[in-house]
Amino acid sequence: MRWLSDPLLVVEGLTMRFGGLVAVRDLSFSAGRGDITALIGPNGAGKTTVFNCITGFYRPTSGLIALAPGAPVDPEAVATLTASVRRYRRGDGRDDLFLLERMPDFEIARKAKVARTFQNIRLFPGMTVLENLIVAQHNRLMHASGWSLLGLVGAASYAQAERAAVERAKYWLDRIELTQRADDAAGSLPYGDQRRLEIVRAMCTEPVLLCLDEPAAGLNPKESTALNALLRAIRNDHATSILLIEHDMTVVMEISDHVIVLEYGLGIADGTPDSVKNDPKVIAAYLGVEDDEVAQAEAEAGV
Amino acid sequence: MGAGSKGALPPQAVSMREAMKSAAAWALVVLGLSFPIIALRTVQDFSNRIVLEPRPWLVAGLVLATFVGRLLWGLGKYPGQASALPFLRFDFSVTGGSWLPKAGLAALIFFPIVALALAGQSGAIKWIDNFGVQILIYVMLAWGLNIVVGLAGLLDLGYVAFYAVGAYTYAILATYVIPATVPVLGPWAFWICLPIAGMLAALWGIILGFPVLRLRGDYLAIVTLAFGEIIRLVLINWVALTNGNAGIQTPRITFFGLPFTTRGTETTFTDVFGLPGSPTVHRSIFLYYVILGLALLVAFVTLRMRRLPVGRAWEALREDEIACRSLGVNTVNTKLTAFAMGALFGGLAGAFFSARQGFINPRSFEFLESATILAIVVLGGMGSLVGVAIAAIAIIGGIELLRELDWLKSIFGSDFDPGQYRMLIFGLAMVLMMVWRPRGLIAARHPSIVLNEAPAISDDHVREGRG
Repeated sequence: MRWLSDPLLVVEGLTMRFGGLVAVRDLSFSAGRGDITALIGPNGAGKTTVFNCITGFYRPTSGLIALAPGAPVDPEAVATLTASVRRYRRGDGRDDLFLLERMPDFEIARKAKVARTFQNIRLFPGMTVLENLIVAQHNRLMHASGWSLLGLVGAASYAQAERAAVERAKYWLDRIELTQRADDAAGSLPYGDQRRLEIVRAMCTEPVLLCLDEPAAGLNPKESTALNALLRAIRNDHATSILLIEHDMTVVMEISDHVIVLEYGLGIADGTPDSVKNDPKVIAAYLGVEDDEVAQAEAEAGV
Repeated sequence: MGAGSKGALPPQAVSMREAMKSAAAWALVVLGLSFPIIALRTVQDFSNRIVLEPRPWLVAGLVLATFVGRLLWGLGKYPGQASALPFLRFDFSVTGGSWLPKAGLAALIFFPIVALALAGQSGAIKWIDNFGVQILIYVMLAWGLNIVVGLAGLLDLGYVAFYAVGAYTYAILATYVIPATVPVLGPWAFWICLPIAGMLAALWGIILGFPVLRLRGDYLAIVTLAFGEIIRLVLINWVALTNGNAGIQTPRITFFGLPFTTRGTETTFTDVFGLPGSPTVHRSIFLYYVILGLALLVAFVTLRMRRLPVGRAWEALREDEIACRSLGVNTVNTKLTAFAMGALFGGLAGAFFSARQGFINPRSFEFLESATILAIVVLGGMGSLVGVAIAAIAIIGGIELLRELDWLKSIFGSDFDPGQYRMLIFGLAMVLMMVWRPRGLIAARHPSIVLNEAPAISDDHVREGRG
């Protein structure tokens, strides 16, 4: 129950409207520090919309998304910051607080350290596997290259920073066993490798929260198992919490600590994998109900 | 292209009948096309009346040539093979990637000396100035535009605007401002104005970039096209500043303060160095090495930038802008730096052009210039410095070479002007390139950093950018 005792991310009353369509309606949940949190639901439930709001690709119609990398999200601090015009508060690291709904996408990745992957893989296909991982370390290298001025004159400090970036890339390539293909175009990799490369590319930004949009989609059972191992390793060995959207229930039930179920933009269940699995509303949402149980199910679902 | 010949199926020759059929169809099309264009010609007779002159033999010759050509082509070609002519399947990036740049650089450095030795004092000016300097100006412009289009994937149709800003910065500062304020610096005008022209052009790049870089693809292309036209129209109409269409007479370049002249009272280049030959030749050679230095500066900065985070971000931006943002890359700033860098080099080239010409007016900065520079970048292979340089030599050198074809007059008659055919040849070359090498002469991309080895990346994977 870390999502209650030590929340890293708190989403409050999130609503996203596209013209007349309400994709997400008054959704509230929190994700615990060090947890793997799964966001599940039938097609069109609004999962990817929630992701796009958290990572800044959409600006939510209303609602609050707060991220505190150092300590549990403090509702009072969130209220104070929300009342101000500022987007984030940075102190000694423990009391950092970011209001993601106010920040543009690249700033969320750079400052709040939220990284993401995409449902349809978005690598840089014409660049090599290694270059993909180096671009992910853009901001650190940009700083080391003196915003290009030092790098242009060939400063040693930049060469050193670049070597460190290559070391980090090598570490992650070893983790996904792609070191042999480091100098191949990313677009030439098999599908499963591209998925894992996209995940480690996001990890190269050293995120506190990693958002994965259907990481197991299109993987065969063997690749799925390897993915599970990678995600567990990320959670255990790094200070990175994971938020993932997934349709593959074996992946969800096996690795997640906390499951949130969405249907038609509404949160219908929230809890441990076991409690969610047996929730009649979730079963009804996924499988439908017998005719004679409709009334009872509707009453339970509150419609 | 050309990969089909390596397939498992054995090549199968096209039958005579099929080749005849295809050749006949082609001949028929040529016949149809020649009627309105070639079959009849209007000529003025002695009493100034216009009369029609039929040319049946020319049409017949063309039709026959097409038929025979197509027939031979068809018989020599195998299904699934791009071309039976092996020279069309060359690939610089595989066969000569490493020696080509070095050999090219050596050739460029020794070109004026060789030209002097072969053509003598009077003949060398044409080769050094008309060919060497002219081509290098376009190499530099194309390398500058290559940063914007080839690396960052932003289609800029108004690049000549920055060239114009640089040229007019030099013209106005060197002609009016410096003589009026600090006349002592007069001989140094070019070297003072060069950085100012570059910076002003970069500033204009940023001013243009801020509002338009939210646009993508076609929309960006249209706005940059409009920007190029706006700059040109301002230059024409702001007569008080630019003297409109009448243009500005600009001071000539000096050798770090020493003018290239024979007359006058001041100390000249010839007085100090006492080299043989006329000052005009000295100036041409000096101009050649100045533009070579400027072009190599662009190449050096481009190569360095590609290995810096900002250069990798440009290429990543071309590949996938959304992925860039998800990794914390500030895409607006990244695009602006690409625009500003491209504009900076365009401005430097403009100042040089202005100092070399001795006279500028808005006619030098029309859309055709932007189109030519873009064509060089696209034909060369977007992103490849060597490919772009080869394309510049081929296009600009080719246009200049057409002026050399006066001997053709003895064959086609005295009213034949080969220079008039340059656009036709230019267009034909473009069509052929788009058929055989749609991604340019050197399409493969070299990785900016490697772990083990350095293979080139085939253009199958590299994207052209949409924004």
